Amino acid sequence: MAFKGQIVIDIERCKGCGVCLEACPMHCIELSKNVNGKGYNYTHTVNDNCIGCASCAIVCPDGVISVYKVKC
Amino acid sequence: MSNLDIVKPENLVYQKSKVLTENVMHYCPGCGHGTAHRLVAEVIEELGIQDKTVGVSPVGCSVLAYNYLDVDFQEAAHGRAPAVATAIKRLNPDCYVFTYQGDGDLAAIGTAETIHACNRGENITMIFINNAIYGMTGGQMAPTTLLGMKTATTPYGRDQKLNGWPFQVTELLAQLPGTYYVTRQSVHTPANVRKAKAALKKAFENQKLEKGVSFVEIVSSCNSGWKMTPVQANKWMEENMFPKYPLGDIKVDGELVKK
Repeated sequence: MAFKGQIVIDIERCKGCGVCLEACPMHCIELSKNVNGKGYNYTHTVNDNCIGCASCAIVCPDGVISVYKVKC
Repeated sequence: MSNLDIVKPENLVYQKSKVLTENVMHYCPGCGHGTAHRLVAEVIEELGIQDKTVGVSPVGCSVLAYNYLDVDFQEAAHGRAPAVATAIKRLNPDCYVFTYQGDGDLAAIGTAETIHACNRGENITMIFINNAIYGMTGGQMAPTTLLGMKTATTPYGRDQKLNGWPFQVTELLAQLPGTYYVTRQSVHTPANVRKAKAALKKAFENQKLEKGVSFVEIVSSCNSGWKMTPVQANKWMEENMFPKYPLGDIKVDGELVKK
C-alpha cells in the first residue's frame, strides 16, 4: 500500500529557513528563487514524490504547511 | 491521480492548530520558539483546555507569545513568571497554568523564583527554552552558554575561570522534591518534535494530579545569535549542545530516572 501526498505552503508566511528541506525524506521541497512579500525565498515543491508523511509540517517553526494524503 | 484531487478537506492530515492565531511570528527564520509555540497550541487543542488555560510569558524573545497563542495570558516581570503563575494557579485551581521562559529569564534573573516555585511544588507547568544565549538583546552570554562558545560578551569564548561553568538548571530542579516530571527535549527533527509534544502533553495532564511542578526543557537553536544558518545551527546544536544537555526524561512521576 502506498500513499500519495500533497503539501500546501502559505508562501506569504514562509520565512525560508530551510528546516523542512532537511526533514523531507523524499526531497520534494526546495527554496524558490522568487521571494515573497517580506523578501524571503519561500519553499515550494519540485516533484511528485510526496508521501504525505507530514515531517516538513511538524518541524516548520511557522506552521505554514498543510498536508493532504490519500491511499493509492 | 492529479494533485488537485488530493487537496480536499477529507484528505487533510496536518494543519496549523486553531489555538495559534493568524499573526505572523516575529521570530527569526528557523527559530525553535515557533515550533515550541505550535506544540503548546496543539497540546492545548488536543486536551480541549483552551478556555481554562492561562499562560505566563517572560521577558526575552518570547515576550510576545500572547500574540500567537489564543489563550489567556499574563506578562510577568523579568524572571518572575513562576511567581506570577503561582498566584494564578492558587487563585484559580481549576485553570491549567503554564510559564514559557527562555534561559536568560528562567536560569539567570529568575533563578530564585524558579527554584522556590519548584521547591514549593506549585502545581504548574514550566516550559524552558534553552538556546545558550540571550537572543533578544543581541547574543550575550547566558548562564547556559557552553564553555568556549563565542558570544557578544565572551568574544574569545566562555572561560570557566572568568565566567564559570554552564548551568544545568534542569538537573538541579530534578533534585527538588517539589518537581513531579522533569524532562529535556528538542524540536529540530520530526522525531524530536513528536517526543517533545508527548512530553508537553504529559506535563499539562500532570496538573490534574496535583503532585507538583512539571518542567519541560526544550534545547533550541538561536541561529541569529550563533551567526549560522538555521540548518547549520541545528547541526551545531546536535554536536555541541547535546553532550552537555543530553535529551531524555530526568524525573518521571516523582522518581529520578536512573542512567
